Amino acid sequence: MIENIDLSLVNWSRAQFALTAIYHWLFVPLTLGLSFILAFMETAYVRTGDETWKRITKFWMTLFGINFAIGVATGIILEFEFGTNWSNYSWFVGDIFGAPLAMEGILAFFLESTFIAVMFFGWNKVSKRFHLVSTWLVAIGANLSALWILVANAWMENPVGMTFNPDTARNEMNSFSAVVFNPVAIDKFTHTVTSGFVLASVFVVGISAWFMLHRREEILARRSIYIAGIFGLASSLLVAMTGDSSARTISKVQPVKFAAMEALYEGQNNVGLTVIGALSENGEKLGEKPVYDTKMKIQIPGLLSVMTTGNPDGYVPGMKDLINGNPERGILPVSEMIERGKYARQVLIDFKMAKELGDKESLVSLQAKFADKDFTDNYFRYFGYAYFTHPWQVIPAVPLIFYSFRLMVGLGFLFIALFAIALYLYSRQLLERRRWFLWLAVFSIPLAYLASELGWIVTEVGRQPWIIQNLMPVHMAVSNISAGSVQVTFFLFAVLFTALLIAEISIMTRQIKNGPKHQEEEK
Amino acid sequence: MTAMISHAFLQDYWWIIISLLAGLLVFLMFVQGGQTFVFTLPRTEIQRTMIVNSLGRKWEFTFTTLVTFGGAFFASFPLFYATSFGGAYWVWMAILFSFIIQAVSYEFRTKPSNVFGTRVYDGFLFINGCVGPFLIGTVVATFFTGSDFSLDLFNRVTWGTEWRGLEALANPVNWFLGLAVLFLARILGLMYMVNNIDEDELVMKIKRTLILNSVPFLVFFLTFTGFLLTGKGYMADSETGEISLVKYHYLNVLLSRTGILILFAGGVVLVLLSLYHGIFRNSGKAIWYAGSGTVAVVMALFFLAGFGGSAFYPSSTDLQSSLTLVNASSSMFTLKTMFYVSLTIPIVLLYSWIAWRAVNRKKITAAEMDEAGHKY
Repeated sequence: MIENIDLSLVNWSRAQFALTAIYHWLFVPLTLGLSFILAFMETAYVRTGDETWKRITKFWMTLFGINFAIGVATGIILEFEFGTNWSNYSWFVGDIFGAPLAMEGILAFFLESTFIAVMFFGWNKVSKRFHLVSTWLVAIGANLSALWILVANAWMENPVGMTFNPDTARNEMNSFSAVVFNPVAIDKFTHTVTSGFVLASVFVVGISAWFMLHRREEILARRSIYIAGIFGLASSLLVAMTGDSSARTISKVQPVKFAAMEALYEGQNNVGLTVIGALSENGEKLGEKPVYDTKMKIQIPGLLSVMTTGNPDGYVPGMKDLINGNPERGILPVSEMIERGKYARQVLIDFKMAKELGDKESLVSLQAKFADKDFTDNYFRYFGYAYFTHPWQVIPAVPLIFYSFRLMVGLGFLFIALFAIALYLYSRQLLERRRWFLWLAVFSIPLAYLASELGWIVTEVGRQPWIIQNLMPVHMAVSNISAGSVQVTFFLFAVLFTALLIAEISIMTRQIKNGPKHQEEEK
Repeated sequence: MTAMISHAFLQDYWWIIISLLAGLLVFLMFVQGGQTFVFTLPRTEIQRTMIVNSLGRKWEFTFTTLVTFGGAFFASFPLFYATSFGGAYWVWMAILFSFIIQAVSYEFRTKPSNVFGTRVYDGFLFINGCVGPFLIGTVVATFFTGSDFSLDLFNRVTWGTEWRGLEALANPVNWFLGLAVLFLARILGLMYMVNNIDEDELVMKIKRTLILNSVPFLVFFLTFTGFLLTGKGYMADSETGEISLVKYHYLNVLLSRTGILILFAGGVVLVLLSLYHGIFRNSGKAIWYAGSGTVAVVMALFFLAGFGGSAFYPSSTDLQSSLTLVNASSSMFTLKTMFYVSLTIPIVLLYSWIAWRAVNRKKITAAEMDEAGHKY
């Protein structure tokens, strides 16, 4: 096994993937939500025959196109980085992880890319209905592609539907339905996609508000706020519901991440949910990691216990329970998991050596171990722990997760209020007169992007140090390349993505300032 | 039918799908080939606009096929994905960079306030047009010439040089296929423009350019084919799986497998027929002969690399680390699951064709470039 890991390589590889993912996620949620908003608007056009709806659809479609291209560009890198930077991971789980990626291509990307050409260029070439169907298919294709990649991502956090094959030294799928209907996948898909809808709705409401503030394109602005307001309100309520469900699932399958989200160190009964708080090191250490107290906190009593156990008096384990173990609650200490993981790893090494030496007797008995339920349930499930030397190494960055989570949730509630107010003012025909609201809507646009990125920080930083929960730590997944090579590509990506982002923002801003009238006059 | 589905059948089946995707990808690289003419072919700005808009309406097809090709390889032969991508780092990164800059260039090039100016984005299109086909062709050539890697007991790759895939450029045989793919993409791009653009002056110029590009294509392709069929090939023993270098291996596979021979010969004839139609008859239909010929020849080359006992991703320095359809594939369960998903491919091809026809019903004209609407 690779025992001499170059941590510089691991960290640069991690940084490169994070950079690509963060940039990719700047563009994807707008595509997910705006595609449906376009479909709603065009449906209104086809049903009413009102040319204003067509004009509105075309305006937002231009912004969609600018955003879509750069999302595609960053997306291809993510797919191939699994191979270029995480090749050990690619082999270890390619049998499971690859299938959703292939399906994403066959079932979703082709749908999206085929009909996007009709959507952009087909206005005067195909019938109204064909064009409308194309727009809907683009929206469905875009969101279907999110489904498959999120199924793959969820599997990494809760690996199910597979067995380990010692012969090939990899995990192999044995239940596709278990992979697709993984509870983490369902929560992740619904939460992520609806959060994309919210971001797109905030974007449309915000830009429409900007038009109103400048007393331009008021019909476009009013109708856009109406569509995006309804879509956004429904979506933001769904985000809250799916977020709640997601947190419950995390508490079961990734308890360390959950404890980090709450900065909960001491396991307790009747634990409250911290709404606001400030972390401060209390001088104590858990291994080499500091322990934090939550100061100035506002809590909702008992809610965390209800969320995790369904009972206000339910026991919620803290980080200390999860690291040091708690026999009363049946929680194994990480030190024991490390020992069990090392045993499982040694069995695999013995198996491989027996195979290499042609020792058939040992081979048969060792192979039998991998089919033994006691071995798989009590030893192999901790395989990934073999690569740690100290229990504290499995603790993620608590403050970053704690604050990101609170800020994301807070912003989520802000957006619910934003959409509710927008619809109220629309119904009372007061939108133009409430300039404070219009400014709030404009300034909410960057906040929506922030909330969206924070969500990924919670989920991805929170699951560190695992690339596959309990089975493979990040440092074992990395490709055997030089750290220098990854440094070079990191900076190349950073420069290129930043340059393209600047160009995209510049173009987008100009298109918005010009408005649809300018687009029509352009030719 | 389920009884017929053995692991070996599924491995072969998925290699056929990979080969089909590779064939479609090379055909769709007419977009990249066309991009290499963005500076030299048009005489006026309106001609450049017509060329870019003609190609730009198809760039997503190529992009999606590339992504699906990668995804299908990951899913069906993950050891290739881990070995080639994790090993030949620089060559894949160069390919990816060229595709990033392409993706935004069409959408951004003529938009006001695009920061870098139209010529920079056109330059990106040109770079992608040259680098993409050439390096992809070079990588495919290593399926026959081998790469410098080894795998350990746990199938983890160690690459032999710090050039990380770029060392393939030291082998002239790899250059021949890389250049053949580049010139083929240029020929396909020219033929597609004739099919899709209604502009007499441009079409006449394309005809002359087609002749100039056909000659190097034929030279490079025939030279590569000569080396391929007369040189040594990487063969796995059907009993032990042991890999050895065998003289005339690919020629033997070609001659012993009638299907591959017909596919290869038929593809070559179709490409030659397309050149006749393109050069002597100035026909817009040439792209369809060339396209179907390209798909057939690329599939035949992939079949030579994967079937008949070939090791499809050979290691030139550690023969026993070479990848075959047997040792690199996913489990039977995964391949079978994806087999059912792949049954939707005809539907995908059908709706892709319908959408293609809808957009291409009318040729691009200078007048259309002056109308309102989405343009590049």
